[in-house]
Amino acid sequence: MTAPRARLVSSLGAVLLAVACTNSYEIQIETPIRPKLDVGAFQRVLVAGFLAGGTDDVDGNLETTRLLRSQLRTKSELRVIDSDVLPLMDVASEERTNDSGQAAAPAPIKDQKDLEGFEHVFANVEYWKKIGDEYQQPLIVTGTVMFTPLQKNQLVQREQEVYDSFGRRRVIPIRSYQERKGFSLDGRFIFIDGRSGTTLHSETFAEQVLYSANQTTPALSSYFELMDRLIPSFLSTLSSQKIKGTRILLQ
Amino acid sequence: MRLAAPIVALLVGLAVAPLVADARDEAKKQVEFGIRVAQRSLWREAIFWWERATKSDPTYAAAHNNLAIAYEHEGDLPKARQAYEKALELEPNNAMIKQNYELFKEINDRTTRKTGQ
Repeated sequence: MTAPRARLVSSLGAVLLAVACTNSYEIQIETPIRPKLDVGAFQRVLVAGFLAGGTDDVDGNLETTRLLRSQLRTKSELRVIDSDVLPLMDVASEERTNDSGQAAAPAPIKDQKDLEGFEHVFANVEYWKKIGDEYQQPLIVTGTVMFTPLQKNQLVQREQEVYDSFGRRRVIPIRSYQERKGFSLDGRFIFIDGRSGTTLHSETFAEQVLYSANQTTPALSSYFELMDRLIPSFLSTLSSQKIKGTRILLQ
Repeated sequence: MRLAAPIVALLVGLAVAPLVADARDEAKKQVEFGIRVAQRSLWREAIFWWERATKSDPTYAAAHNNLAIAYEHEGDLPKARQAYEKALELEPNNAMIKQNYELFKEINDRTTRKTGQ
């Protein structure tokens, strides 16, 4: 639970008490959120592929492409193009080979720095224009995905029962540093105009999840847990969203 | 002569008090009507009544709070923020207004977070 969310939950009790004492009415609202990007010029969207790295347990390129396509199919008005996922890593490596005249063998990509050497592919207007022409000039979604294992010592609070000399039970909070393991998901979504090959918009993200060290969580389920947090922001870039909520009207 | 100033102030206060009470009564009626129409999902109508209420009595925090909610529902987030901030300025310790504002900020931050070209 994040700190603002914890504050929100703790204040809920006070609010409920106040609601009972004053003239107030709970009401459902739906807040429309306008898309960050004007996609009126496009009828189709191509989630092309991603430069991906980190753990070998999850293919960040394939999984991210599949997930975003399926989300866009149900939650966007744009028609999603089904195509093979672009091996962007290879494309970027080839470009490097052409530029320097030497073969650049793609080394294992373990962190964000390793990826930086390949990101020039996003600035290759000709390449993206060619892809755009191939698919009837859609909006192209691409970017970077770095999904890496994480290990941290974190302050954890637990409650412990103690009994005094009269046998009375008390619960006291005990704080201690504990080893936690999990994953981080960092990267960037890039939106490219398939007509010109130029970047229209880009959006960086960074999320992480930590579990107790003795808990075994498959990498793929952690990946989906983290992507779930990013999807609303991703979708709100392309299509208008309605966020349901409850507010209190006062008299 | 020394008593003149306090007496004048008292008289002015007595004369203005009913006007202030009238303004609040008027605003309360408008707020109440706005609530009734909002409960029937007539949000534009509710905005009309709550805007009138804030004009009738600009110090009525409930009217600003309700107006903020209606703006939020209509997707006018800058106006919603302004109205919430006015409501909190008038009643900084009102837990319900604070709660509404926190929820609003969560949505507003989501629309603006971590973007860049």
